[in-house]
Amino acid sequence: MKRSYLSGPYLVWAAAFILLPLAMVIYYGCTDESGHFTLANIAAMKDWVHYRAFTSSLILAFLATLICLLIAYPLAWFLSQHFRNSSSFVVMLFILPMWINFLLRVLALQVILSKSGMLNALLRFLGFPALRLMYTKAAILIGMVYDYIPFMILPIYNALTKIDESVVEAAMDLGADKKTVFRRIIFPLSLPGVISGIIMVFIPNISEFAVADILGGSKILLFGNVIEQEFNVSSNWNLGSGLSVVLMLFVFASMAIMNRKDSKEEGGGVPLW
Amino acid sequence: MKRTGMILLAVFAAVCICSCTSSEKQNNEKSLIVFNYGDYIDRDVLEQFEEETGIKVEYEEYITPEDMYTKYKSGVISYDVICTSDYMIEKMIKEGEVKALDWDKMKYGDNLDPVYMDFCGHFDPGNRHASPYMFGTVGILYNTDEVEEEVKSWGILWDQKYKKDIIMENSMRDAFLVPLKWEGHSLNTKDHKILKKAQQLLINQKPLVAAYLVDESRDTMIAGDASLAVVYSGDATEAMEASDNLDYAVPEEGTNIWFDCWFIPESSKHADEARQFIDFMNREDIASRNFNYIWYGTPNKAVYDSLDEETRQDPTIFPNEEVLKRCEVYTYLGEETERYYSRLWKELKAY
Amino acid sequence: MVKKRGIFGRIYILIICLLMYAPLFLLVVCSFNASKQRSIWGGFTLHWYTDMFRDEEVIRAVTTSLTLTTAAALTAAVIGTLVSLGMTTMKRRSKALVTITSNIPLLNADIVTGISIMLLFAHFLSLGYTSVYIAHVTLGLPYVILNVSPRIMGMDKNIYEAALDLGAGPLYAFRKVVLPEIFPGIAAGFFYAFTISMDDFVVTYFSKGPGMNTISTMLYQQLRRGINPEMYALSTLLFLAIILLLGIANRVSMSGKEVTGT
Repeated sequence: MKRSYLSGPYLVWAAAFILLPLAMVIYYGCTDESGHFTLANIAAMKDWVHYRAFTSSLILAFLATLICLLIAYPLAWFLSQHFRNSSSFVVMLFILPMWINFLLRVLALQVILSKSGMLNALLRFLGFPALRLMYTKAAILIGMVYDYIPFMILPIYNALTKIDESVVEAAMDLGADKKTVFRRIIFPLSLPGVISGIIMVFIPNISEFAVADILGGSKILLFGNVIEQEFNVSSNWNLGSGLSVVLMLFVFASMAIMNRKDSKEEGGGVPLW
Repeated sequence: MKRTGMILLAVFAAVCICSCTSSEKQNNEKSLIVFNYGDYIDRDVLEQFEEETGIKVEYEEYITPEDMYTKYKSGVISYDVICTSDYMIEKMIKEGEVKALDWDKMKYGDNLDPVYMDFCGHFDPGNRHASPYMFGTVGILYNTDEVEEEVKSWGILWDQKYKKDIIMENSMRDAFLVPLKWEGHSLNTKDHKILKKAQQLLINQKPLVAAYLVDESRDTMIAGDASLAVVYSGDATEAMEASDNLDYAVPEEGTNIWFDCWFIPESSKHADEARQFIDFMNREDIASRNFNYIWYGTPNKAVYDSLDEETRQDPTIFPNEEVLKRCEVYTYLGEETERYYSRLWKELKAY
Repeated sequence: MVKKRGIFGRIYILIICLLMYAPLFLLVVCSFNASKQRSIWGGFTLHWYTDMFRDEEVIRAVTTSLTLTTAAALTAAVIGTLVSLGMTTMKRRSKALVTITSNIPLLNADIVTGISIMLLFAHFLSLGYTSVYIAHVTLGLPYVILNVSPRIMGMDKNIYEAALDLGAGPLYAFRKVVLPEIFPGIAAGFFYAFTISMDDFVVTYFSKGPGMNTISTMLYQQLRRGINPEMYALSTLLFLAIILLLGIANRVSMSGKEVTGT
């Protein structure tokens, strides 16, 4: 049986529209304006502006991922308790809001967070002093968490619902208390979901630029902003591509480390949903 | 095997159909690709142009001149008519990217006011390439409830009183114009020392700044989320229309007067139709409709003359002679200075 | 004890859902606001809705978005399903290759994906609907593969073989035995691909041609000069569709117990 022919369309597609474009980014990144080979665009990472933007991105993406995890894990747990058999409903509940474009959702956040916004109106009504959240790092963080939390909830929820209840019961019967059951059975079994959640939140956030522009008032320069600016403002495609290559290398390297750790736990790769 | 082949075929047939339907449109002979700032034209005008001339318009928008330049330079789309700002036009003229305009073949060129044509001469010597569309100044829009003093100097933007209540322009040259003019320098200085000093001032100012915004500053000011904002005059007009406690001032040290002009880029394959389009924009009724839609100053004398007294006297839309004297036009600084500028700007943002 | 935790859990779920949906609800409120300013309540109105249906630009952007997204998600579903089927007979190494390439668009920053497609088309073809369509298929593919291939892997191959032994043609056997088994995966993959491309802005922004707009690129242009309240009306309609679909999903999963996911 030659079922592998079925992969034909995909392989053509991947070669033409995934690998070839990528090769072009690398080509641009490794040449200068006149097309000569250079590593200057990659070495540009040493520039303090780029370095600093990269670290701010890293920190914000890390914090956003952490907050997502802290909110999402208990949520996924409760969901798996109460909605064990209606997973399609749960998935829809958290994915459907994305049909409203993220620009609009971020805009709505702006209405809530701004100085004269809803949140401050509420705080004042309750007798608390108003907050200045808009145009701060906190606002960017809220935006990031809000946008990407579904990507953390769903994989964890999926992993949790797949846990065989009889295993938990068996452990209980053998005298394990709740804490032990969680530590020794539930958490390890949900780990693949946690890892894919972390990946799905961390990676898009590290290259985020639109949220930082809208909610951060363009005051904080993130790595995504730098790349976007090189393409759109300075029209230095070579530098923009070079920095993209760096970003790519970083992401793939951290993925490789993650995957190695993961495969030690249990043979397979990362189940996303 | 046969069946897999069939499926393969079906997929590619689907892809082909999709690509055919899209490419069909682009081969139309009589069509123009027009490239303009976002929301910068009365859309009905485009329809009228299509009806009157039978030329189809594909209308495309961008946010900043730099966006436009990148998209243009990528060479992917052959634009026929572009509207953009002074210094960018000069840059493109110097790069040989702009076709000369044949004013003799244009019927409504005389509608344009010579006063403003002279200003345009700074970046387009002899007015050979560009037809001015709108103009305006850069000034300070402020909330009269929060700011009780008179706004006379750019220096107010460094006042600790307004910490986190100041909005700056999020575009390189408009941001640097503020410290440059405050210190009494030309907008077009190429002196690295002066520019570095200006950058230092902006860095000192950054803790006071609420945000760097472009057109959003208008809505932010209307909502009362900030007290002072550096804005274009057109935005100020609109904001003052919407809210009573806003006012606009051009600081004494002087400011920038900018011009957005239509021109035909080298990439154009329909230069005749493009010229027809630009001429159409200068026709009185058309220019008047665009003026009523955008509310920036119009360099069209015919339109100006038809306005009521109140609008003509509105100092926000049409700065008086005395203010005009203090205004400077941006000129292209050359590649080297431009690169230095971008660097300073990037550093400011990274601080 | 168990009951108490149940209540706490339910409250927690409720709070998070409220927080998730509150901003969307706000957009709904904005759509009925007569004032163009978000911060000022100018009275109740429906005219943004009537305006929206008359606004050719909006209608065009919406049709573009919907057709593009549907076409891209469908293509991704077909190609992705085929490769997932093909993968079963692949050697380890080529399987890894497929997994890695399909993960690239997922792991790459959107901006890099968008730019890479733009560079490709700028050099060899021209930008237009096709380039956006291709970019969106590429975005959606990994989601289809991730949803479909575990189902195929988990399937009992013997059933298919048995069907063949009993005289069914391969296509018939596929339709009757394999497809029902993997269909939930395909549906889920399609759903994710559709959602991702509805939500996308960056990739579209870089890969689109002149004179075309999707909902997101149109929004981005408006963002700077003030959002046209028609957009709020549009998102309200989308919001209604979402609620409707949620209702259906709830019905189905309550009565049928199992539709997607395991």
